[in-house]
Amino acid sequence: MIAAAAFYIFAAVLIASAVMVVTSRNPVHSVLFLILAFFNAAALFLLAGAEFLAMILVIVYVGAVAVLFLFVVMMLDVDFSALREGFQRYAPVGGAVGLVLFAELVFVFATWRFADDVGGLRLNPTPEGVDNTRAIGRILYTDHVWLFQLSGLILLVAMIGAIVLTLRGRPNSKRQDIAAQVARSGSVNLRQVRSGAGLGEIGIERPPVAAPETPKKVEHHGHGGGHH
Amino acid sequence: MMAVGLAHYLTVGAILFVLGILGIFLNRKNIIVILMSVELILLSVNLNLVAFSAQLNDLTGQIFAMLILTVAAAEAAIGLAILVIYFRNRGTIEVEDVSTLKG
Repeated sequence: MIAAAAFYIFAAVLIASAVMVVTSRNPVHSVLFLILAFFNAAALFLLAGAEFLAMILVIVYVGAVAVLFLFVVMMLDVDFSALREGFQRYAPVGGAVGLVLFAELVFVFATWRFADDVGGLRLNPTPEGVDNTRAIGRILYTDHVWLFQLSGLILLVAMIGAIVLTLRGRPNSKRQDIAAQVARSGSVNLRQVRSGAGLGEIGIERPPVAAPETPKKVEHHGHGGGHH
Repeated sequence: MMAVGLAHYLTVGAILFVLGILGIFLNRKNIIVILMSVELILLSVNLNLVAFSAQLNDLTGQIFAMLILTVAAAEAAIGLAILVIYFRNRGTIEVEDVSTLKG
């Protein structure tokens, strides 16, 4: 009973914050409502018994994606009022498309039913007496290990892509030139040292340093009037 | 298994999906909000998968949801990177005339 009430509360807040994400005037408010929506969706996942996914949702979406959005919204100096010009114009067609889509979804849900032998068609039945995280781990690292590796690869490609896209080569930035460092000669040499000889006998070897330039003679104007 | 029926979860997922579609239509110029709407759509798909997983006592749906989560995170990162370099080049993020990027 309490769980049902909690479901309705979380679902209502989720939908309300989704509406605010879509219609908010300020994109910063949109991002903050998106974070609220993610928290409520995580609560719905918890109510459905998917504890691991709920925590992943909070960590990945709220901790990474939403903060990324927030950074970009605040970093870009954009005139957001100019971006809202078409809002009224597109509202009717958007509403019509949304209504049609929702009606179609309702029709699908109304006419659709489970197969008769649905219990036998399950690929990974939930084991009894095992908590959610452990059960997911068991099948994720055995049956679906290639999918797991593939998602890691997707993340790697996304990371490299984002870095390559946004990396800006400045002409005056000081970079490491590895070839020049390796090809350096004269500053490092190898010498056979008698065993037991210490610094007192050999001394510290330093690379030869070019003689400092003799300071320029200061032209002395003979007009007296100096600092003395 | 679940506190409320499957239909309730599916209804919430459908409403969330439609709201995401509506957000793409309403904010035609603001690509940041379009990306957020795409995140909402993916969230509704995840909600459906988790609901079916709980209803059928089948963990495959939760594995699917994790993979969708991964793709959504990658998509957000790439999309925002493209947005940042677009803003750097054009000084605006209006996507009405984005077709000038063609060849």
